[in-house]
Amino acid sequence: MSDRLLSASAALAEALIEEMTRDERIFILGEDLTAHAGIFGQFKGIPEKFPGRILDTPISETCIAGCGVGAALTGMRPIVDFHFSDFVTCGMDELCNQAAKIRYMFGGQVKLPLVVWCPDGAGLRAAAQHSQSLEAWFVHTPGLKVVVPSEPADVKGLMKASIRDDNPVMFFQHKRLFRREGPVPEDPEFLIPLGRAAIKREGRDVTFLTYGSGYFLCREAADELAREGIEAEIVDLRTLKPLDFDTVAASLRKTFRAVIVHEACLTGGFGAELAARIQAELFDFLDAPVLRVAAKDVPIPFSPPLEDFVLPRAADVVAAARSVCNR
Amino acid sequence: MAKEKERMDDRPVEKTAWRTMYRTMVKIRLFETLAGEYFAAGQIPGFIHLSIGQEGSSVGVCSCLRPDDYVATTHRGHGHMIAKGADVRRMTAELFGKATGYCKGKGGSMHIADFSIGILGANGVVAGGLPLIVGAGLSIQLRRSDQVAVVFFGDGAANRGPVHEAMNLASIWRLPVLFVIENNRYASTTPQSYACAVGDLCLRAAAYNMPGYGVDGNDVLAVREATRKAVAAARAGEGPSLIENKTYRVRGHFEGDPQKYRDPSEVQRWQAENDPIRRFEEYLRRRGVLTAKKIRRIEEEVRAELDAAVAFAKESPFPRPEEALEDLFA
Repeated sequence: MSDRLLSASAALAEALIEEMTRDERIFILGEDLTAHAGIFGQFKGIPEKFPGRILDTPISETCIAGCGVGAALTGMRPIVDFHFSDFVTCGMDELCNQAAKIRYMFGGQVKLPLVVWCPDGAGLRAAAQHSQSLEAWFVHTPGLKVVVPSEPADVKGLMKASIRDDNPVMFFQHKRLFRREGPVPEDPEFLIPLGRAAIKREGRDVTFLTYGSGYFLCREAADELAREGIEAEIVDLRTLKPLDFDTVAASLRKTFRAVIVHEACLTGGFGAELAARIQAELFDFLDAPVLRVAAKDVPIPFSPPLEDFVLPRAADVVAAARSVCNR
Repeated sequence: MAKEKERMDDRPVEKTAWRTMYRTMVKIRLFETLAGEYFAAGQIPGFIHLSIGQEGSSVGVCSCLRPDDYVATTHRGHGHMIAKGADVRRMTAELFGKATGYCKGKGGSMHIADFSIGILGANGVVAGGLPLIVGAGLSIQLRRSDQVAVVFFGDGAANRGPVHEAMNLASIWRLPVLFVIENNRYASTTPQSYACAVGDLCLRAAAYNMPGYGVDGNDVLAVREATRKAVAAARAGEGPSLIENKTYRVRGHFEGDPQKYRDPSEVQRWQAENDPIRRFEEYLRRRGVLTAKKIRRIEEEVRAELDAAVAFAKESPFPRPEEALEDLFA
């Protein structure tokens, strides 16, 4: 089957429709889902195709998250829509104290198949409470899996794998990338296993370790660097937990240089964790310090020049690459 | 002593249920008493919260439930678990931190569950069970089952935000959920009379368009009566109910609580005049359902069962340290 071009949004809807057709236990729960097929139109076709299996809730994020947990514990496979990932703060107890811990603290008695879909990211002039990238919080909570797709095919394959996973999965999908198109396999069994990174561009001089929107910065940067004779390899991590460190290590054993790129702010971000592991496990393979490109350590501001200044740019990735390559 | 009101239901099947309920109340009381003793003796690690004096609520409610109904409970959850049918051997072993416990030593007193009999877990977060039980109720509705889902919580939890969200959502979707408030007068050190804007927490049901029952929680048959109505409504698709069982926390918030917030005479008065087990016992004897001899035998049998549970817990091995890394993901 040939790959068609689909937007990330359409890839998500296709994944959900395929999985909901396959398994009746799957349902979607959240705010404002049926009137416009989700506030971003991300569930196009689902309200008509699956009436009663995509449920509008009141504005009750705590209860929405808890409902997902309770339904998952009692035989269903819920997908919870968090409206904007920023609102996870209202469901933190349910996600981090309940979903993440229930299987473990009850001695493995039960499975908790829950997908928490979080539209995240900045660039839409949506300001501080509608623009964050919060994946690191959940990476820091044992018991949760954390998925951050970049391209539409990743969205489809990773969402399908997340739905079939028997554990709670935090799925962060960037709002600004919903309309971005890419080739997506039609195969209804197209799954991307959680914990497998992809080398999306091969290069010998420097490795870009990235995920989500950072991938597109890296791609742009790699094109520019190629013109200068620097060949960058791009590793799209795709899932942060479980992390495919083998692929990271294999790439660094080849390039000896790493630049980590993410849209989340710098301090305490996933890049810090990755850099720590790289220096501990791959010290002998490093020819340069591991650099990080990330947002500045402030909330995301509203006004366009302010927001643009805070977010990482391809030029920052280029500069970091030049630096580690001593150019 | 407060007296039970007369019940008209004289069917043998009801009297058999009463005997079982009485035995379960005795079992909870002794389980909690022994837990307190072994905790004081340093054999149970961490901290524990006992439900002595609240047996009428746990047993009255769970006496109306089927094995496949769901219960979510609290940090003070031993009684609910026993009333729902949990194995006291595995519970005791869990309290002792042993590998044979319900959670292989990973949970302890505040985190015991038995999913095989619908116990979705005790919860270390006050009000943590409410959003979960709404999810269980939704799951029941989506599966078109006639199960019910029950959440126990306290007067302290009643002031948390998730309670509002959970009761509202359960009501608009008419989910088969019972919200059971055990008003035991104190949230840790804070009196309910100080912390709640209304004295009768069952009044809050009106705000969610659901029936609210204010019940003498130390009258186990009154609890059973209210629960029966609520369960019947839930199974019939009529939606959730709120039951407020007014009771009293005889022990401190946790074992070792200095309890400076209340006068010891208040505790003594409740114990002397309003003990749910003594009240039920007096009623059953008066009705000829139990004799002094039968009561003694029940006590002996329960004692033997719990002694065996403690022996099992003591003899059981601790988990291997490396087992701490197991059971995180399915």
